[in-house]
Amino acid sequence: MTEGAAGGTTTSSEPIDVLVIGGGIAGLCAAIEAAQAGAAVRLLEAAPYAWRGGNSRHSRNLRLAHEDETPWQPGRYSAAEFAAELRAAAGAASDAALTELLCSESAALASWLGSHGVAFQPTAGGLLPWSRKTAFFLGGGKAMVNSLYAAAAANGVAIDYECTVPSLRPDDGAARTRIDVAARSPAGERRFTAGAVVVASGGYPANRDWLRERWGEAADRFANRGSPYLRGELLRSLLAAGALPVGVPGDCHLVAVDARAPQDDAGIVSRVDGMPWGIVVDGDGRRFHDEGENLGPIRYSHWGQRIARHPGQRAWLLLDADAVNNLPPLLYPPLTAPTIGALAARIGIDADAMQATVDGYNAARRCDGSDDIKAASCPGLLPPRSRHAAPLGRPPFAAIPMQPGVSFTCFGVGVDQSARLLRADGGALPPAFPRVFAAGMIMAPAILGSAYLSGAALTISAVFGRIAGRNAAALARETH
Amino acid sequence: MKPTIPIVAEARRTLALCNVCGYCTGYCDVFAAAERRPALTDGDLAHLAHLCHNCRACHFACQYAPPHEFAINVPATLARLRFADYRAHAWPGAPSTGVLLALVLACLFGLPLLALLAIPSETLFATQRGPGAFYAVIPWSLMAWPAIFAFGAAALLIGAGVASFWRQAGGAGVATSKAGASRTQRMPGERSIAAALPQALADVATLRNLDGGGSGCNEREGRSARARRHAHHALFYGFLLCLASTVSAAFQHHFLGQPAPYPLFSFPVVLGSVGGIAMLAGIAGLARSKRRADPATNADENQPAEWLLLGTLAAVAGSGLILLALRETPAMGLLLALHLGSVLGLALSMPYGKFVHGFYRATALLRQAMERR
Ligand SMILES: Cc1cc2nc3c(=O)[nH]c(=O)nc-3n(C[C@H](O)[C@H](O)[C@H](O)COP(=O)(O)OP(=O)(O)OC[C@H]3O[C@@H](n4cnc5c(N)ncnc54)[C@H](O)[C@@H]3O)c2cc1C
Ligand code: HEM
Ligand code: SF4
Ligand code: SF4
Repeated sequence: MTEGAAGGTTTSSEPIDVLVIGGGIAGLCAAIEAAQAGAAVRLLEAAPYAWRGGNSRHSRNLRLAHEDETPWQPGRYSAAEFAAELRAAAGAASDAALTELLCSESAALASWLGSHGVAFQPTAGGLLPWSRKTAFFLGGGKAMVNSLYAAAAANGVAIDYECTVPSLRPDDGAARTRIDVAARSPAGERRFTAGAVVVASGGYPANRDWLRERWGEAADRFANRGSPYLRGELLRSLLAAGALPVGVPGDCHLVAVDARAPQDDAGIVSRVDGMPWGIVVDGDGRRFHDEGENLGPIRYSHWGQRIARHPGQRAWLLLDADAVNNLPPLLYPPLTAPTIGALAARIGIDADAMQATVDGYNAARRCDGSDDIKAASCPGLLPPRSRHAAPLGRPPFAAIPMQPGVSFTCFGVGVDQSARLLRADGGALPPAFPRVFAAGMIMAPAILGSAYLSGAALTISAVFGRIAGRNAAALARETH
Repeated sequence: MKPTIPIVAEARRTLALCNVCGYCTGYCDVFAAAERRPALTDGDLAHLAHLCHNCRACHFACQYAPPHEFAINVPATLARLRFADYRAHAWPGAPSTGVLLALVLACLFGLPLLALLAIPSETLFATQRGPGAFYAVIPWSLMAWPAIFAFGAAALLIGAGVASFWRQAGGAGVATSKAGASRTQRMPGERSIAAALPQALADVATLRNLDGGGSGCNEREGRSARARRHAHHALFYGFLLCLASTVSAAFQHHFLGQPAPYPLFSFPVVLGSVGGIAMLAGIAGLARSKRRADPATNADENQPAEWLLLGTLAAVAGSGLILLALRETPAMGLLLALHLGSVLGLALSMPYGKFVHGFYRATALLRQAMERR
């Protein structure tokens, strides 16, 4: 199988048509498509088996256009509606042609994934959640990832775990019909030669050094909600080698997460919600934003950004005994104390300052004769409290410590409609690199910019993974 | 209130995390039922444990399974809690599996030994034919009364345990415990017991919850199959056929004046032999799927009790079939004693072993059907 083990370096002698780097949804879709097109495929995954699947492991739903009702999505969601929503969310940052391609291809995705063992949660039976626009995986992202790994193996894809590709020279294949790839593994360096490479190594949410370039020391206080293997070294090396950058360096999708949760890989459960039921204070015990501003789903990412941009990157959600009952189920119970002063002492905030904030808030609350809590506000208070001013009066009082958590990064490389990696400035050279394709979160900012649209990231990853796999296989076979 | 035992606390931690996560709701009834009970009281957890059919689908799908530091393992945790709960409701206490094994073996081999000692060998080893042949060796009253007594006691003991579980899980009230509550509230039922019964019986008959959300049971990651469910069906329906065989025999004996043994093409013999073969096939299938199962999803300490039940049932079905095959030979007397011994062992161990799972599970399915709209 392998030969030439010398000085800890092994060179794979097996002929490889398509080498896929990264085993999240994008890499798996690419590998399966390429293998079904008849290519000999090898997939290199940085993580060990138990942690395979990158952030795809933590995902939940993907956005799919459909003309008719399906067992997992009611009603109709046209590709045009999907594209319009993407354009509205991402604005000018979004590549129009890629967006159109994505939305129309999304319609065929559910049945393709289904044919490879991925199951969706049916809307029948009345189980939550379901939506017209997105389909939920039965069992979540890890079940999906497991099914795709099984399908890849069944289609003859060779899979190597704990195999990290730190860098790539995308011009390597220009003069020849092969491209060389070197990978790090516990057994030493491994070298591969392939007809084409699909880079599907995701973003860099685990790379705090890189995030520090944009956020300074604040980045050290960001939790990484997903896989610790998403370090982005390969993305960096492609950019250094002249790949077209897309998105904004350092931009992240952030949400407020429980600061007591693990700093890596806590996934969906560490997310904190319920800010409109209380007040949010910083390390000085002072409010810093209107907690009533957003009540819709966008509230999660707004709080992530606010806390990330506020000095100290720490905040506490304060609630009273009534408000606690309105919270959704939580990963950890809130910290409680009989008085605001005792609670302040418990969470390490100046008691007088926090008491003053709570008193000021309660004094400013006005209900204007309405029973509707949404109508209650705090006129004149700074920062304002525009609505949903729930009282903070009944002990025991409770606090949830929060910090920003990165879901994904919004900076990557550009691709064309065949998922070929684009050059930043090729001069006389062709616009795309000869043998390198990119799919997944590494190129998603070309469509999403710094925006977020629930389920779209996964759809981009799967659709462009498939496109990359097909085209890589075609190229590799053409130049056998 | 009794102090919370560690496995209850672990089940609470586990299902509390599932309630935050919610990714597995589509696999079975457990997750939606847990969401209706955010307080996860001891009674709630017992209900959820008996509702879990141990299909393992959620474990392989779990993003928080070990080596993740949250170390979530729903099937193993609920399996542990189930056994702890059987023991908690057992009266007057729960003997260890070793004691149960000794009891089953004592019955299985003790009865033939007793027969050897007590029955003159010309009777015991005579070739008996025709009506009343069995009773010529062992008198009817010696056969029937101990069995009636043992099964009657088992029914009372199991019934008491199940009733105590029913009350603990909320009595005739259904969901839901509110956050912060120490016990499940009794709430007006969404459906009455009578209205829910058909659904509950269908869930018992089909083991709907054992289908892993559609793809079947998971022995290991990536290998799901319906074989386990089919094997259980074979065992379950085989057992019912054997019961029916016994009942029809009693009927013929008492009301038609036809004592056993019965001809090959009679109700008792056809039902019993089809049932016995189905039971053995089911037991073999379950044993096979047990051996293939990923040990990470098992509660190791329950394994002996699970194998003991499989073994006891195999002894009942196997000895019954051998007796049928050899009933016209001199071996009949000893084989009859062996079969009766296996049945007595099953009856005596029944209230304290895994056999009770069927009753607890049926009860949990009934409550679930009352909650389903
Ligand atoms: C908690 C959470 C929930 C989410 N939920 C959703 C959702 O519901 N819907 C949605 O659309 N999006 C969601 N996202 C975003 C979504 O997970 C990503 O957009 C998507 O998984 C990207 O897929 P991918 O294949 O590009 O990358 P990944 O799934 O992250 O996979 C990349 C893989 O490459 C490997 N790798 C990295 N570097 C190297 C290297 N140098 N060499 C070899 N291998 C390497 C990694 O180990 C990893 O397995 C969520 C993100 C998080 C954190
Ligand atoms: C009332 C109806 C019943 C229900 C709802 C039911 C349900 C189940 C379920 C879900 C399992 C798999 C999970 C586990 O191992 O605990 C199981 C296992 C088992 N059942 Fe039942 N059961 C019922 C009745 C019976 C009966 C009557 C028998 C025997 C005659 C039986 C014998 C077994 C055995 C031996 C196993 C263990 C298999 C193993 O160890 O892997 N069950 N049952
Ligand atoms: S088993 Fe794991 S993935 Fe499934 S709901 Fe529970 S915590 Fe979530
Ligand atoms: S029945 Fe299956 S999916 Fe449901 S809780 Fe039990 S093991 Fe998990």
